[in-house]
Amino acid sequence: MSEEIKVKTMEEFIAQGKQPEILFWVGSAGSYDDRAKKISRAFVKILNSAGVEFAVLGSEESCTGDVAKRAGNEFLFQMQAMMNIEVLNGYEIKRIVTCDPHSFNTLKNEYLGLGGNYDVIHHTQYIKELIDNGRLSIEGKVYKEKRITFHDPCYLGRANSVFDAPRDVLKKTNADIVEMKRHKKTALCCGAGGAQMFKEPEKGDMDINVLRTKDALETNPNIIATGCPYCNTMMTDGIKAHEKEDSVTVLDVAELIANSI
Amino acid sequence: MEYLPNILFTIALIMGIGFFVRNVKKLSRNIKLGKDVDVSNDKPQRWKNMAKIALGQTKMVVRPIAGLMHIIVYVGFVIINLEVLEIILDGILGTHRVFAPLGSLYNLLIGSFEVLAFMVIVAVVIFWVRRNIIKLKRFIKPEMEGWPKKDGNMILYIEFVLMFLFLTMNAADFQLQQMGAAYYTKAGAFPVSQFIAPLFENISISNLILIERSAWWLHILGILAFLNYLYYSKHLHILLAFPNTYYGKLAPQGKFNNVEAVTNEVKLMMDPSADPFAAPAEDTPDPEKFGASDVMDLNWVQLLNAYTCTECGRCTSECPANQTGKKLSPRKIMMDTRDRLEEVGKNIDANKGVFVPDGKQLLGDYISHEELWACTTCNACVEACPVSIDPLSIIMEMRRFLVMEQSAAPTELNNMMSNIENNGAPWPYNQMDRLNWVNE
Repeated sequence: MSEEIKVKTMEEFIAQGKQPEILFWVGSAGSYDDRAKKISRAFVKILNSAGVEFAVLGSEESCTGDVAKRAGNEFLFQMQAMMNIEVLNGYEIKRIVTCDPHSFNTLKNEYLGLGGNYDVIHHTQYIKELIDNGRLSIEGKVYKEKRITFHDPCYLGRANSVFDAPRDVLKKTNADIVEMKRHKKTALCCGAGGAQMFKEPEKGDMDINVLRTKDALETNPNIIATGCPYCNTMMTDGIKAHEKEDSVTVLDVAELIANSI
Repeated sequence: MEYLPNILFTIALIMGIGFFVRNVKKLSRNIKLGKDVDVSNDKPQRWKNMAKIALGQTKMVVRPIAGLMHIIVYVGFVIINLEVLEIILDGILGTHRVFAPLGSLYNLLIGSFEVLAFMVIVAVVIFWVRRNIIKLKRFIKPEMEGWPKKDGNMILYIEFVLMFLFLTMNAADFQLQQMGAAYYTKAGAFPVSQFIAPLFENISISNLILIERSAWWLHILGILAFLNYLYYSKHLHILLAFPNTYYGKLAPQGKFNNVEAVTNEVKLMMDPSADPFAAPAEDTPDPEKFGASDVMDLNWVQLLNAYTCTECGRCTSECPANQTGKKLSPRKIMMDTRDRLEEVGKNIDANKGVFVPDGKQLLGDYISHEELWACTTCNACVEACPVSIDPLSIIMEMRRFLVMEQSAAPTELNNMMSNIENNGAPWPYNQMDRLNWVNE
């Protein structure tokens, strides 16, 4: 087991008669996927270091339904949404942060019409806020001599126009930040969205993640940074396909910052 | 007999505009076959989008070469139409260069039309070379074979010929002015056609008048014909780009609509006081079909999108699925939707205003399951479109039909969905273990 982290559930907050500053929506990947769990832990390390009073829902959290919606199953999506909204509204949640751009998009945009009205932010935006407010200080030594390129997750960037927060945060590592040819609005998808993560791709001449990793490798990076657990998996697999796993690593912005504190 | 040309001209004008109005009516009828959708919100932003994206061409210049040349052709088209106004008035009234009394302003106008016409010719030639010699990838995709390719070239030929006729007409006019021919009073500046005029030096006045009149007539008749070609062509975008950018999506691209009919049913399911065995009330309408299997299931903005598409293929060239050799092409989704909508429209025409089922539909007969499941919903196509078309929304509606009406999702997706139903995650893990990551 790595370093100790402190996580409290909403239930515990209520038992103490308190409200957290913010709810950390962990998401299914962040809860169960071995790689994404490390991202959740890294983000909590940041929250602990900044002294943020945050809560998680724990076993009361359920899939946002995003992936069901993109697969076309609007029923399942709305069932999930309404169950989650009942829990969130029951706890009078106002502000939510998440490491998953898909949860971010769904909670922010699609729960709105179903009775769920929250201020939802992506973890890169929250980290930036903590830095700007002076609550989080970053040493910025570990990655000083490294080259980092940032892959824009579709549902963070193009879908919700969050381009600057992850880049501003990455600058705090003091690494050399290089852009891929296609970035921000024209960034290529990693290939996981629209429920593709859970199925084999259709017949073609290449996998999308291999193409996107090629974009990233052209910048000669030491590290490919992402802000999405699914992008992380796709880019990591892409690196393997290019046989570059010895020289290039894929890390979430939260991990890079957690290691730079 | 003196008024014969005026009469012939007026008849041609009325016929040209009459046919056009008939086509517009058909177009509007077909678009209204789509479902209603509320697009009444935030009008100021909608006007702004139209001004920026359609009028201002902001998204065209994302690709600078094509964008710049497109602006030349577009500005040329809009400005040279001022000259068409003079031509129409001359035609009806039997005058010649009725705006000539504007003097130096007139010279400036005619001079700038000529420069623009020349620039349009250059741009059109480059466009043709890109399509036919360089063969840019996005112009030679499978969906471009046959009519779409011919259509693209036809538009370029027509534009070339129209500009050529305009300059020929001016050159002959200029030469006649030099020769002091009656009616051809000195008016206008001819920065481009003055170089064509020397070719006419040894031609008699009567033959020159014949050339000038022929070019004049062919030019205006060509414009009227082109106007009526629009309905059958991808070139319809010159008109529909404006309403289409007005009605384009305002919400963040990631925000997909929530199906209202589903909301009602889910609310009923989750309502503990609802009686699951209650017989439906007598006036309950038939349950709504979920998603889309044919064009009538789409909303009218999506159908307007289909008619607006000018098949430039920017969407397809940005699509990750298409770039990696999958069958999906967002442009083909739009072209298929238009083709099917036209087929439905013709069916209605042939059956006295009623659609008679023809055993065909958009899903399956035009768009395959394979195309629909290859989409990553990344919005690259939506972002790439210079006129705010949303191919993704059509893909989503058809996925909804496949999953909710036909349970026809790929097996792996069905597994994923039953995991969500059973344990609240796309993987088969126990919901009680959701917090285990803290202590690992």
